[in-house]
Amino acid sequence: MNSLPSDLERAFQAKIDNEYKIEPKDWMPAGYRKNLIRQISQHAHSEVIGMQPEGHWITRAPSLRRKAVLLAKVQDEAGHGLYLYSATETMGITRAELIDALQTGQAKYASIFNYPTQTWGDIGTVGWLVDGAAICNQVSLQRTSYGPYARSMIRICKEESFHQRQGYQIMMELAKGTPEQKSMAQDSLNRFYWPSLMMFGPHDSESAHSAKSMKWKIKRETNDDLRQKFIDQTVPQIEFLGLEHPDKDLKWNEERGHYDAGEIDWEEFHNVINGNGHCNRQRISHHVAAHEEGAWVRDAQNAYNAKMKARRAEAA
Amino acid sequence: MSLENLELFEVFVRSSRGLDHKHVGSLHAEDAEHALDYARDCYTRRSEGISIWVVKSADICSSQEDDAPEFFDPSDDKPYRHATYYPLPKEVGNM
Repeated sequence: MNSLPSDLERAFQAKIDNEYKIEPKDWMPAGYRKNLIRQISQHAHSEVIGMQPEGHWITRAPSLRRKAVLLAKVQDEAGHGLYLYSATETMGITRAELIDALQTGQAKYASIFNYPTQTWGDIGTVGWLVDGAAICNQVSLQRTSYGPYARSMIRICKEESFHQRQGYQIMMELAKGTPEQKSMAQDSLNRFYWPSLMMFGPHDSESAHSAKSMKWKIKRETNDDLRQKFIDQTVPQIEFLGLEHPDKDLKWNEERGHYDAGEIDWEEFHNVINGNGHCNRQRISHHVAAHEEGAWVRDAQNAYNAKMKARRAEAA
Repeated sequence: MSLENLELFEVFVRSSRGLDHKHVGSLHAEDAEHALDYARDCYTRRSEGISIWVVKSADICSSQEDDAPEFFDPSDDKPYRHATYYPLPKEVGNM
């Protein structure tokens, strides 16, 4: 449709241009609402599905301290899922609809969680690189235009720093350990480095939602800019560990003041997004099973409510 | 009408767009709509806010001050939830 923007739309865009936050009861274009519901709920789903690859290692963590740390981290991810689902619900969609969209595959979550965590080294890499990449994105989203989303990002970023550091600490221990431990660290870095870069999404020129999202300031920095930031900051971290960098084409570019990186395998990216990663089916079927097995808790809540209501009616 | 017949409301004010509503105090009013007007007159006389929430005080469920130590102690022995628990070598920058 080529219709001119209405007064409402112009006023809305003026607020955005002036760096005003949009709050739940403000008027907003249908496209803004739709775009945000997609992005925030996808983010929420990622937090929740992200518990699975890490939860996998809770019973196998190499010490009681590591187990406690991993439990605390997975507990945080559940909390982050909750903040984000609640922020999505301020846009007038229900939790049940959101969960249904995840379970039926209409909604996506970060593809990275379709990769299996095969070794203890992967728990290190997931914290260091996967949470590290997520933090790059989330720090930028603290300035997103929708108030409830921005405020949950601020809360989440405060908590994420521990996640990345505990991951890097696992890597430091492995890297200075036995040759077997060091090669476990290297192997894990090799497997997770590229998928971590894919977390920033397609190149700006290929990204379906980018232009609108930037105009509405839902996104504050582009996929490629954020990815570059992550690539640059990761180089000294890999060097310090004494591991080999997985990108053989990586080169410092004096002129740009950034590293030039090798090309991502986009075929793998699209394959995993389209459901053909190692764990796509497992992640969703586990979520469905957990949801169904948890039905008795929700039933108990309802029964309790009904009982209390009846008791109050009797007393009145 | 005596004050006892009026309901107590808690008042929350958002000082500028993008920030959380913060609790600023309470007041008596005959209903929520009036509470909003009174809150505006009482708590935002100097442009302290751009949005107000009022909630019946009776509807607020609060943790008990006396039980606070036991209520919050689950997090006392978990220093590993803090980023500062993990020292970082300065070569690797911030995390």
